[in-house]
Amino acid sequence: MRRVLTVLLSCLMVFPALAIDPIEMSDPVLQERYRNLSHELRCMQCQNQSIADSPVGLAGDLRREVRQLLEQGKTDQEIRQHMRDRYGDFILFRPEFSPRNAWLWITPILLLLIGLGVAIRIIRQRVTLAPSDPSNPDESGSSGVRDRSV
Amino acid sequence: MKRFLLPAFFFALLVVILFVGIQRAPQKTIIPSALIGKSAPSFTLPVLGSTEEFSESAMRGRWYLLNVWGTWCPECLNEHEMLLEIARSEVIPMIGLNWKDEDSAAMSWLSQLGDPYDVVAVDREGEVAIDWGVYGAPETFLVDPCGIVIYKHVGPLNREIWQKQFLARLPSKGSGS
Repeated sequence: MRRVLTVLLSCLMVFPALAIDPIEMSDPVLQERYRNLSHELRCMQCQNQSIADSPVGLAGDLRREVRQLLEQGKTDQEIRQHMRDRYGDFILFRPEFSPRNAWLWITPILLLLIGLGVAIRIIRQRVTLAPSDPSNPDESGSSGVRDRSV
Repeated sequence: MKRFLLPAFFFALLVVILFVGIQRAPQKTIIPSALIGKSAPSFTLPVLGSTEEFSESAMRGRWYLLNVWGTWCPECLNEHEMLLEIARSEVIPMIGLNWKDEDSAAMSWLSQLGDPYDVVAVDREGEVAIDWGVYGAPETFLVDPCGIVIYKHVGPLNREIWQKQFLARLPSKGSGS
């Protein structure tokens, strides 16, 4: 039973190995950068796939474009910018900071700060309350009532 | 009572954000062009059915439309009647960008359905389309006399879009050809 299961499960592992893009670049360093970049760029036609995973024509064209830019000696950042100039932030799976998406980056930090502020206030209240009533071990149960009195 | 005010405020904020998100969800597949307000990418491409070449710089000083199409694209067939109507109105010249297509198929398409284009440039490899940020045909760009991209519509044109998004952006009279 276990052996059968092993065989069946290993069948599942075959699929990720299927390559959409059979073209290899001559230089292994470029090939590695190409592999990374093509996983970072979104296929605009089927939006939840990278251009490395997408079989549609446009993804193939964009892969060719990336290869050409790599061969021209462009840096990864230049290639990302090249794509961004044409297709906008949306083509990058990891968007970069820009005035338009600033709130996306700032909101989590802001929320964290608000949370910290609230937490500090509550802790302070408890600290100042604790000595006033040291005989009562049931602090948490009645804290709601006390908060109101402060 | 006062202690519920802040949570209530955040809850209301969340409701508004989610509501806006739901309202805008149908537009999610339409990605605004990164080219709006920037210079139209230059290109020189062969003209369909001719040995001549066409460059977008030939359109400098005039408003024009750039319509990206292919015979493999079903939505292009849907908008073709509208393109013919626009061409008949003679408001603005229309450049076709035949995207990743066969020349012979493109020529028989135009001879059968009618040809709304002033010129059709052939982008067999799709390189110019990448420069223009094209991700799905049909797409229609509106370019001003200085060569600045003013607007882009993704998907088939219809009369409403034509009037609201294109005609409204054109100067009221004496534009185009």
